[in-house]
Amino acid sequence: MSKYETVVGLEVHVELHTKSKIFCGCSTTFGAEPNTQTCPICLGHPGVLPVLNREAVNFAIKAAMALNCEIATHSKFDRKNYFYPDCPKAYQISQFDQPIGENGWLEIEVDGVKKRIGITRLHLEEDAGKLTHDDDATLVDFNRVGMPLVEIVSEPDLRSPAEAKAYLEKLKSIIQYTGVSDVKLEEGSLRCDANISLRPYGQEKFGTRTELKNLNSFRNIERSLQYEEDRQAKALDAGEKITQQTLRWNEETNEVKVMRSKEQAHDYRYFPEPDLVSLVISDEWKEEIRSSIPELPDSRKARYIKDWGLSNYDADQLTVTRNVADYFEQTVQAGSEAKMAANWITGDLMGYLNSHNLEIHQSNVTPTLLAGMIDLLQKGTISSKIAKTVFKEMIETGKEATKIVEEKGLVQISDEGAIRSEVVKVIQANPQSIDDFKNGKDRALGFLVGQVMKATKGKANPQMVNEMIREELSKL
Amino acid sequence: MSLLRESLQGIHSRLAKKEITSVDLVQESLKRIQEVDGDVRAFLLVDEEGALKRAKELDEKYSKEGTRGLLASLPVGVKDNICTEGLTTTCGSQLLANYQPVYNATVVEKLHNADAITIGKMNMDEFAMGSSNENSSFSPVHNPWDLSTVPGGSSGGSAAAVAAGEVYFALGSDTGGSIRQPAAFTGTVGLKPTYGLISRYGLVAFASSLDQIGPLTKNVEDSAYVLQAIAGHDRNDSTSANVEVPDYLSALTGDVKGLRVGVPKEMMGEGIDPEVKALVQKSLATLESMGSTIEEVSLPHSEYAVATYYLIAPAEASSNLARFDGVRYGVRRYGENLIDLYHETRSKGFGPEVKRRIMLGTYALSSGYYDAYYKKAQQVRTLIAQDFEQLFAKYDVIIGPTTPTTAFKLNERIDDPMTMYANDMCTIPANLAGLPGISVPCGLSNGLPVGLQIIGKPFAEATLLRVAHAFEQATDRLPEPKLGGSRA
Repeated sequence: MSKYETVVGLEVHVELHTKSKIFCGCSTTFGAEPNTQTCPICLGHPGVLPVLNREAVNFAIKAAMALNCEIATHSKFDRKNYFYPDCPKAYQISQFDQPIGENGWLEIEVDGVKKRIGITRLHLEEDAGKLTHDDDATLVDFNRVGMPLVEIVSEPDLRSPAEAKAYLEKLKSIIQYTGVSDVKLEEGSLRCDANISLRPYGQEKFGTRTELKNLNSFRNIERSLQYEEDRQAKALDAGEKITQQTLRWNEETNEVKVMRSKEQAHDYRYFPEPDLVSLVISDEWKEEIRSSIPELPDSRKARYIKDWGLSNYDADQLTVTRNVADYFEQTVQAGSEAKMAANWITGDLMGYLNSHNLEIHQSNVTPTLLAGMIDLLQKGTISSKIAKTVFKEMIETGKEATKIVEEKGLVQISDEGAIRSEVVKVIQANPQSIDDFKNGKDRALGFLVGQVMKATKGKANPQMVNEMIREELSKL
Repeated sequence: MSLLRESLQGIHSRLAKKEITSVDLVQESLKRIQEVDGDVRAFLLVDEEGALKRAKELDEKYSKEGTRGLLASLPVGVKDNICTEGLTTTCGSQLLANYQPVYNATVVEKLHNADAITIGKMNMDEFAMGSSNENSSFSPVHNPWDLSTVPGGSSGGSAAAVAAGEVYFALGSDTGGSIRQPAAFTGTVGLKPTYGLISRYGLVAFASSLDQIGPLTKNVEDSAYVLQAIAGHDRNDSTSANVEVPDYLSALTGDVKGLRVGVPKEMMGEGIDPEVKALVQKSLATLESMGSTIEEVSLPHSEYAVATYYLIAPAEASSNLARFDGVRYGVRRYGENLIDLYHETRSKGFGPEVKRRIMLGTYALSSGYYDAYYKKAQQVRTLIAQDFEQLFAKYDVIIGPTTPTTAFKLNERIDDPMTMYANDMCTIPANLAGLPGISVPCGLSNGLPVGLQIIGKPFAEATLLRVAHAFEQATDRLPEPKLGGSRA
């Protein structure tokens, strides 16, 4: 075990999914041709002025509330000044000392241990343009400039790369539930920078930190932090000092590259944005938003475990996204037994969706259809083996389970006479098994059941087959 | 008499009777520009073709519809920091020598809706920074009263063009006195409205928390007309006030009986030229004779106004002007790399006064200095605003000189920024407090106009116009400037 304790803090940017940009009327649709979603305002032409998009404020408040933040009553915007081609005004409108939300937290669970991670602040700001570096040129796309962002800064409460990953996953899940963002790392609507430092166990003072940028996948986040944790530990072991610097993770070489050191740090010369009036968030406004927040993953998970007896693992799986949780609850509401619904959703359904790159709402099997199939299973109309066949057909065609069963003649044989005659036939044809059974070999029973199922093309009710074989054998 | 010196109602009645056309008005303006602007240099751009085309359109429209807008066919000069779609808008700077806005400022739209005709773009101190118009990076403007003197700044071109009769009226912008001071120097009427009364959308920002657009006119009545047309809430400007716009014309009653006037001793003491002071006192006596009461008052924090202003305005300017980097518009100067491009574009594009203020402002906002400079200045600003608030509990208007002296000579102060800055000591407090102020001519000193400044409560433009108008009616009009004196 390392002699150093790892300290990680994350700075996460989430792009809010508003209809228009934060300070102008331009569209926010992802994937448009470069520089087609721009206007004089977001391009920073001389003389233009920003007008705050109220929906962006609503979304930011909603996110802050879902992360248990205290919501400011008086908030304002500030200018962050810097020269760079991604920033057409040469300042970004952001929030400096009066963020929308402060002092929040979220709960993570790593290896069965729950831990609360503090959230220092959540503030609203505008996004910069997107630069694409070519061999001999840098191209800029201003479609992204002026997209509303929230920056969410964690306390330095994370103690391992695994905790950092868990924090980000939970954050993504919560924001996704509130519906204010797509939170897609691959599309850049969720972005993450990390600060990491090491200190000897027992030392209170934090070590010198480095900042990791360009962490655009969950895998990169964990791996780059592991890399940096390792690098810093070796450096400290060798008696070297850690330099405060910004590092860029290169996912091709799996190494970090120095972007800039502390000496090159910017002085952003923040000052209150004189083109916007300050924001007063009334109690009524806060309540209106609070009442629009859906039940969040932690609460749902607890309820699934307590009320429906699901395992921790299943409850976790089902609550990662709101769509899956809603799907699950709708299936239960349609009459399914909860555990059975959970098994089918986390098992066959998710398996199919993942292998076909589909989201749950794109599935042919609606909660009602799934509940219908589970109903047939519960009533014994079909066996679980047949259910697998039915499910496969259902997810490919979207047909109702009853219809599939009818069309393919898959109804389970539960007629006692029919099953008994097959049982008798099988026993007679396998005298060796009778001896084995009498000698206490349970395997023989399984073999006989298998033979009956084979003879009935899997349609016999396996429980009845089992019971009848025992009965017939005991008669002998 | 030139058409452009007739009363607005006179012009409109003649337009209605078809004695004159809009084209006549534009041609009158173009003719006068041709005659005098080689000396005055008030214009950076004359849009002859566009103005004549617009005049013809308006003439057709009038005969077809029979109705005319409030400012029908009046030739207007627009200060060159106000965006005009397709018309080069330089802000008096080489850096924007080629910049053509893709949109119109809200005020330009409003002028258009009131049927005014834009004749051209007016010369100004670069990015509205200056009090003499000598900081224009194209040409200084000459005062029509004496071509060897400055017209004031930064709206020097706008004021000089009105004084010289080149346009019917002009728009200026006022951050620390840039409408009122040139109005005083050129014998015109300059109104800086309450912060938020007129949309700033399309005004190239100098100091966003202080900038306000306003009219420069030859008399108070015209000022009321123009204000009527351009005031009001604009959803494109979050700082524009959502207040109802009163009828300014009906406020021009000529009555100042019972008006309570406060005269700040700080604006009548040290640094004020004795002749200027004497003319202001004479003006106050006139108002008193008309039934007003005059009392000396104090604005105790006004002595810090200039210092406060020169922290806040440059701080905001340093940020507002950062976008002029040569990347997307303006005159780009290439370098080896991106930083060089920024450096070359800005070093060669900006003039010395603009650079001085960018440096001042950058310093005032820097980490470690912010509290001592910018934040402290904002605190003093609050105190200055409170001084006024207290006075306005007892007084309707505050009156004093607009400027400490009359127009000074070209090149006299250009190398002495401190003296130049002190010139704005009487106008800056109203900007810091966001209050409306108007300058009206109150006489001549050695042949040069003197301005009387009237400051009012927030959104009390109707009161200011009433007082200024009553005063104007009770006093002799200034003669027309003769465009004499040497330009050298």
